[in-house]
Formats: sequence, structure tokens, C-alpha cells
Amino acid sequence: MYNDKESQKIVDIIQNYARKHSLFVLAYGTGCGAIEIPPTMTSRYDAERFGIRGAATPRQADVLLITGYLATKSLKRVIKVYEQMQDPKYVIGFGSCTINGGMYWDSYNTINVLDKYLPVDVYINGCMPRPEAVIAGFVKLQKQIQAGKADGWDKYKKNLDYYKENQKKVITNWVMPDFNW
Amino acid sequence: MEGIGYKILGAILTTVLAFVVGMFYGGFSRKIIARIQNRVGPPVWQNFLDVLKLLFKKTSVRYGVMHHLAPLWMITMSVTTLMFIPILKDGLFFSNLNFSGDLIFLLYIMVFGSLGMALGAGATGNPNSAIGVSRGLTQMVGFEIPWVMALVALMIQYKTTSVTGLLDIQSQSGTWMMFSSPFAFIAALLAMPGMFRYSPFDIVGAPQELASGPVSEFGGKYLSTMMTSGSIFAFVKLTLYVDLFMGGASNLIELVIKTFALYMYPVLWGAVSARFRTEQSVRYFWGWPAFFGFIALLVAAF
Repeated sequence: MYNDKESQKIVDIIQNYARKHSLFVLAYGTGCGAIEIPPTMTSRYDAERFGIRGAATPRQADVLLITGYLATKSLKRVIKVYEQMQDPKYVIGFGSCTINGGMYWDSYNTINVLDKYLPVDVYINGCMPRPEAVIAGFVKLQKQIQAGKADGWDKYKKNLDYYKENQKKVITNWVMPDFNW
Repeated sequence: MEGIGYKILGAILTTVLAFVVGMFYGGFSRKIIARIQNRVGPPVWQNFLDVLKLLFKKTSVRYGVMHHLAPLWMITMSVTTLMFIPILKDGLFFSNLNFSGDLIFLLYIMVFGSLGMALGAGATGNPNSAIGVSRGLTQMVGFEIPWVMALVALMIQYKTTSVTGLLDIQSQSGTWMMFSSPFAFIAALLAMPGMFRYSPFDIVGAPQELASGPVSEFGGKYLSTMMTSGSIFAFVKLTLYVDLFMGGASNLIELVIKTFALYMYPVLWGAVSARFRTEQSVRYFWGWPAFFGFIALLVAAF
């Protein structure tokens, strides 16, 4: 019964519907983009309409929202946080800095392309993206989840060697376990 | 034999009813808080979606036996407490188990769920959990005193220790106990927001300071079970208040109206207030609520 393809399809539809409409967001707000999160969540733009709601810890969260540039020092913490989250998990790259480095593209201590280190499901570009753009990004993520295409967490597991190699290339003092549970 | 069948069917129906009503109350409170803040807010069935999604999450965290047992302990205690509360006054299905002296039993068993949560949070070893647990136990010492005073006052005044006994007295005399013993009602009502842990008494799971406190290491199925248990327990507490002070209910619509009216009081208070510190919370509970509880005891005794 459980391995039956038709019934699995029905389970998938229910699963994806529930996942789509209930996104617990963990905002990693060290970049300047964090200033756009409060208006997105509060009265004016009200992201709770879509079932988006803040999570307090990585264990409870579904979405890791990375707002802006990542210094190599903070990348280490982001990797820790990402690996502590439970599957299925999604990453949203927020702002130009996560796409190509943005205004910090030639800085000595920031990473340029986030996708090399963590699997990003949705990018929101702009410097800064306005709350409308942020909500549009979340809606795009919801569409991907509904279609079953937001599988960054699966990609991370399958290509762990590739991601670890890239991570260790920029983090010179790697004093933590290879995988943080 | 037929009696047992009705009892089992009644237990299952009661649990489903408590789950659905508790979940919808949670959804309504989120919607109402959103409207107060001039937002649209999530749909009222949002809590069902949250629980369903958390059930579908995978879990790869292990902290030991107590970490696995804590959510099960909590939901077991919620359902057990529910079984000892008469939901309706004279229904076929909803009278549940009760015996003389169950009010004292309820006083004990109502804190067992929090105890399970404390043990589970201790097993995870997260410092935020430990702080949350210590805050929670401190706050419990605060609100339990006026609450127990109010219940003991009722027991002394009406010379019965069973919830059905108090219900019978109310239906015989025709007045609710909130009018016939007002001081006990005031004390219990002032102690009530502490049990529901809305603002200003949400010092246990404060997301901004403690990263959701005791549940900070619980995700996925664990959190889903805890949310289910929480909504069942909210229904339990509201029904107990309605049974004790508002004359119970003779049908489900009356029950929903009375419990919802009572539920709005901690929700609306929470929507317009900021969080207390721990000592402020305890000072509040040992102030006016304990004073009214003491008056109620004096009135009942003399």
C-alpha cells in the first residue's frame, strides 16, 4: 500500500500542500537586508497571510533566509545552522550579495556566490529588495514546493563532497565536525 | 457491556472534539490578534496545516530516551486530564469518567504535562531550555496559589470535592458560581492568564530572549505532538472553568460559546500588553489574585 505509486502520489500532494502553506522562517540577518524583514512580517505587508511565520531555532525552521553578504566568518555559522535544520529545508538568498557578491564583489573576506556553499532554492535580487519582492520570492518558493521541485536539501545530501570542498576552501580554520547535527 | 461501549466511544469523541475545538481556537486567536494589529492574518485552519507539515518533517536528532518520551508524556497527560472533566452536564457521550474527589485529582494531574516537558527539555541539554524550565516552574508557583485557594474555597463552601457535585449544586440552585461565590471566581480568573501563557505571562517560551525556551530543541513530529497536546489542554482548562464557575453546558453550542468567551480574556489581554519579567509575574500572582483567594477562603470558612 505504502509503496503503491498512486497512493504515494496522493500523499505527496497532501504533503506538499501542507509544506507550502506553513513556512517557518529562520532569518539569518547579519547583512543589511535584515531591515526589510520587519516590514514584511508586520502590519503593512503581513507575510502571515501566506502561512509564513518566524521560527526561533533551527530545529523548528523550514526556510533559512540569508539576508545579504556573508563574511567567511559568518559562513561557518550559517553552515552550522543549515545542517542543524531538519529535512525538508529550503534556502532563500536575499539581495544581490548572495547572487554575485553585489557591492562587496572584490572584498577579501566575503563570499561571492552563495550557491557554491549551500543549495539555494530561490534568489531574490535587488539591493535592497523591497517587501513586495520578498513576498514574491516566497510565493515562488511555494510554487516550487507545490511542484515538488524545491529539493535543495536533497541536492546537498547527494553532492555533499562538492559543497564541503568549496566550504573548506574559504574557511581556513575549520574547527568543527564535518557535519553538524 | 453496553455502558463500556458508550464510555469508550465517548472518550474517542471527546478527544477528537477537544483537538478540533482547541486547534480552531488557536487559529481564531491568531486571526483576532492579527486584526488588532491591523493585519489580515492567517486563515483560521492555519494551525491544522502547521501540525500536518510538522508531522511530515524528517527527524535526525537524538538526545536520549526522555527527549522521545516528553511529547508523548505531554499528550498522554492532556488526554488523561480531559477524561476526568465532564464536558456536558447530562450527555450520553460526554460525561466521561468522574468520581467523588476528582477535583483534588485534577489539581495534581494538571501540572504533570509541564513536568514531562521539563524532563524532556532537560534531556536536550540546551541552556535556553533550562532557563525556560526554571522560569516556567517559578511562574507555576505563582499562579497555582490563587488557583488552589479558589478551588479549596469552593470545596469548603459547598462541601464536595467532585466537579459533577459542583455542577449539580449550580443546576439545583439556578445560579452560577461566579455569582454565588464571586471572590473565588475573581481569584481563579486573575490566575488564568498564567496558565495560558499569553502575554504578559509568556515568559516561558519567549521567542526573542529564550529562542522558544523548553521546546527549542524539539522540531518536526515532536513539536507537532506538543502543539496538539497544547490545544487539547487549552480546551481542558476552559471546560474546567466553565464547569466550575459558569454552570457547565447542556449542549455543544452552549459549551463553545461559553469557552470562547472565556478564552478571549487571556487572548485580548495578551494582544495589548508586553512581556513581564519573571519576578514581576510572580509578584502579580501573589498580589491581588492571592488576596482575593484569601478573602474567598475566609468567606467560605465563616
